[in-house]
Amino acid sequence: MIGAARRLAADLPSGALVNLGRGLPTLVADVLPEDRGVVLQSENGLIGLARLASDADPDPTVTDASKRPVGLRPGAALMDLAASFDMIRSGRIDIAVLGAFEVSIAGDLANHVSNDPEFPPAVGGAMDLAAGARAVWVLMRHADKDGRPKMRERLDLPVTARGVVRRVYTDKATFWIEPEGVRQVWPVHGRRSGVDHE
Amino acid sequence: VAQRGKVRTRAVEAVGSVADGASIVVGGFGDRGIPYALLDALCDSGAKGLTVVSINAGAGRSGVARLISERRVERLVCSFPRTAGSVAFEEAWRERRIALELLPMGTLVARLQAAASGLAAVYSPVGAGTALAEGRETREFDGRAHVLETALRPDLALLRADRGDEYGNLGYRGTDRNLNPIAARAARRAVAQVDHLTPEPLAPETVETPGVYVERLVSFASEFAS
Repeated sequence: MIGAARRLAADLPSGALVNLGRGLPTLVADVLPEDRGVVLQSENGLIGLARLASDADPDPTVTDASKRPVGLRPGAALMDLAASFDMIRSGRIDIAVLGAFEVSIAGDLANHVSNDPEFPPAVGGAMDLAAGARAVWVLMRHADKDGRPKMRERLDLPVTARGVVRRVYTDKATFWIEPEGVRQVWPVHGRRSGVDHE
Repeated sequence: VAQRGKVRTRAVEAVGSVADGASIVVGGFGDRGIPYALLDALCDSGAKGLTVVSINAGAGRSGVARLISERRVERLVCSFPRTAGSVAFEEAWRERRIALELLPMGTLVARLQAAASGLAAVYSPVGAGTALAEGRETREFDGRAHVLETALRPDLALLRADRGDEYGNLGYRGTDRNLNPIAARAARRAVAQVDHLTPEPLAPETVETPGVYVERLVSFASEFAS
């Protein structure tokens, strides 16, 4: 997945305020060069997140949304969850990078209820980010554990947010979801109305 | 207005008596900012049939996970109950002995914030059109559907702060603020566990939770967990 995270990181515009969701999206912080001018927000109350150097002595009280200790860039700010989610809902986040169980070709997102009934649901900040961020990009594996592509004509799982996903980065491809349809931009493949799966 | 003498030496004295069926909001996110000593005192008090409001459901058998393991929690109002180590919640969920009200994290916070602000409810665009908003009052503003979210006013808040003084003023460290300041302002009463009890009052500019919100506090070293 590191290749997909690198492709996504390279596409983030300089100056953007970006939230990285739990799980796979946190990979983006590992591969984002410091000089790109991208500012990372973490929903647990941090702006200006930095990856820790491998030899760093971490401050245990500064963590990301996945409980990993992280560093602070110069100019960083800390806040409580009320301020963090005020910021998320009011459209201050340019891009939210989220994980997903499924994404539809219309940009519908499913990432809070899995298809395993024994597996309890968890929503976290995903719905707030999907509703409030200016754009949602998804970083996910191309196929589920049965080998079925996770990008679908229609969602099978309960919807987390409708029509919000603009880009999808997987270990096999990059898709842009546009009003005219889904365009596979990597490997270059042209525009189409649906998604082919090899 | 500020009252002194809020410091207690034992967590059980700080928490005081908690009625069966009470609702309790617990500070913390992941494993940071969690008042483990207060949660243990609550568990030892024997209170049951509790509604717990928290971001996660705890890990292992400590904190909120201990309360769930010992069957004190009837209802969990929570945003991300399934995490690495959330075995206590997952057991209770599979055995159908806990009710879960799953909320988007910002909605959980906004409902507490409404109570803290003295508002009965707020309209939020988050979750509109999803199963979480089914059957709920929805209204359009600027052409966009918004869901009515009612204020959440728990009976008690259990807080974790880095530092506190005898007036109950609190300050936090790092990302340990998380739910703590808003929990303090939303609940009917609040009790804090602090890592450092400062002999002098905190400098007024550095007070993040004013002591008027805090009924009692107890000091425990930061190494203390579960």
